[in-house]
Amino acid sequence: MTKYIVRRLFQAVIALFVLSMLLFAWLRSLPGGPVSALLGERSTPEDRAALEAALGLDQPLHIQYWRFLTRALRGEFGTSTFVSPGTDAFEVFLTRLPATIELSFVALLLAVAFAIPIGYLAARNRGTALDTGAVVTSLVGVAVPVFFLAFVLRDVFAVQLGWLPPSGRESVGINATRVTGLFVLDGLLTREWDAAWDAFKHLILPAIALASIPFAVIFRITRASVLEVLDEDYVRTAQSKGLRSNVIRIRHVLRNALIPVVTTIGLQIGALLAGAVLTERVFSFRGIGHALSYGFTNRDYAVLQVLIMMAALIYIVVNLLVDIAYAVIDPRVRAK
Amino acid sequence: MNRNPLSPTAKKERIDALARSGDSGRVDSDEGVSLWRSAWRRLRRNVVFLIGAAIIVAFILLATFAPWLAPHDPSARLLIDEVSRQSNPVPEARPGFPLGADDRGRDLLSRLIVGSRQTLMVGVMATLGGLVGGVTLGTLAGAFGGWVDAVVMRVVDVLLSIPSLLMAFSIAAMFARPSQWTLIVAIAIVQVPIFARLLRGTMLAQRHSDHVLAATALGVKKGPIIFRHMLPNAMGPVIVQATLVLATAIIDAAALSFLGLGNPDDRVPEWGQMLGAAQGFFNTFPHLAYYPALCIIVVALGFTLVGESLREALDPKSRR
Repeated sequence: MTKYIVRRLFQAVIALFVLSMLLFAWLRSLPGGPVSALLGERSTPEDRAALEAALGLDQPLHIQYWRFLTRALRGEFGTSTFVSPGTDAFEVFLTRLPATIELSFVALLLAVAFAIPIGYLAARNRGTALDTGAVVTSLVGVAVPVFFLAFVLRDVFAVQLGWLPPSGRESVGINATRVTGLFVLDGLLTREWDAAWDAFKHLILPAIALASIPFAVIFRITRASVLEVLDEDYVRTAQSKGLRSNVIRIRHVLRNALIPVVTTIGLQIGALLAGAVLTERVFSFRGIGHALSYGFTNRDYAVLQVLIMMAALIYIVVNLLVDIAYAVIDPRVRAK
Repeated sequence: MNRNPLSPTAKKERIDALARSGDSGRVDSDEGVSLWRSAWRRLRRNVVFLIGAAIIVAFILLATFAPWLAPHDPSARLLIDEVSRQSNPVPEARPGFPLGADDRGRDLLSRLIVGSRQTLMVGVMATLGGLVGGVTLGTLAGAFGGWVDAVVMRVVDVLLSIPSLLMAFSIAAMFARPSQWTLIVAIAIVQVPIFARLLRGTMLAQRHSDHVLAATALGVKKGPIIFRHMLPNAMGPVIVQATLVLATAIIDAAALSFLGLGNPDDRVPEWGQMLGAAQGFFNTFPHLAYYPALCIIVVALGFTLVGESLREALDPKSRR
């Protein structure tokens, strides 16, 4: 067990190392090179020369890489040019992080809450209208561009019907106390119920749009996994020795079928981050995805650097944790 | 030396499962028919496959004959006189213009019809690019093993660990002037590690199988063994993956256009680009977004349906 965790940790470190080299190569291949990337296009030649000397761009590559690495580890990536002009890029990441955590968490919760029961029911009723309908829905869900779904949801439920707010994280005029930066949680902690409810209403539509990505994946994995487990000998044995069907369902089928589902859920963090770039933009939900999307559109490379690196870092760490959790749940993994 | 994937993450497992499926299917072929023939036998009666195939055939026919089907020139600003920023930014439908025109007075229906060509081109070229890159890397790794395999697979695993759409955005942002080709390159590169891992898996599975052993014993050189004996057997899973990638490539192209990383030159229309350009009109003229979105959804669904039913047909577990 310890050996497995050490090996996975080692792999994660190598992954981070290769990732830093990729990011370094990416930065150097940007149009105009790192200097324009950090200073923006309107920089003066004096500024550029000064920064070039400060960055040591006349030094050999390996020394440049080392400097890049140490700067990155200290969180020094330069200042934002567009997303939040003049602000330190790492600070942009820190101020935007809570919004995306809140949104992704609710989206993932929604996806899991619907995908697992529906996947289980579809598998148990294989070939029925319920099963076919659920499978077709998930396939259509994959085919719909997520930003289009976001637009449609906003148009119907916010603009046409006016049930929910069309954009932002809170209504104008709500002066809520900030504790964690997670607006709903803040409202609950400070007992400002109006603020919590308002923040929650702002979350619903973007969360539904974002949840469509993990929903389709988790649904299909759950269905396939339950189908496989239902075929296993131990389920037939349990049936033939007369166990109550509820016991079989929960203890034998669901418990075993959920093992691959857990890994899939961890893996969805990546898809959620990419999806957040699109949904947060449609709903002007000022999180990491919102910053990334405008960073891409307006080439705010300082912000992009930080956010891409942190996104990959979060993704690698979450997957490491999921893999370790997986080994704890499933003894077969350790033996591999 | 069989280097098993050490980390049990699902993205890799899915690729590896697909890699195994094509290979083991041949062995227990009950009636002595080939994998493809038995797969076809089941696909023929599969409604899902038939619907998907019909969509793809219609799409390809539309793209092929688009210039003759389109009632107008898609880049001609025929109704530009009626476009005014304040009162009427988007001309309405009328005889001769069944869907109306876009904000530059160009016939929407003609743009949708002709747009199928660029959409098909983006999908096919991006998939082909990912396929060629991935098959080359995967074949190298799987056929030679040893340190080649170790190095290639470490890099591939790291690339797989970056959220793929995020990577496509980052690559597209590397180019100073976005165009149709930078978009294709960005989507293609993201597919390379997936195809590489898939190919390596199928190659590894064959390295110790009887037909390779027999060829080696007969004194066949390594090159011909790889290209004539191993690669053809790896094609089943690759085709399945390529079909699914075609769908995501078309959807991802729309996402890139939405962020302004797509082709800025809109004289030759593309569905993703049309959808991206319609974002400013969503509240006032949603039909500008609905039509291209519907086209993308239907075509992506077609490729997904075919890909998924092919996967099932080629999977030995689902054979009866």
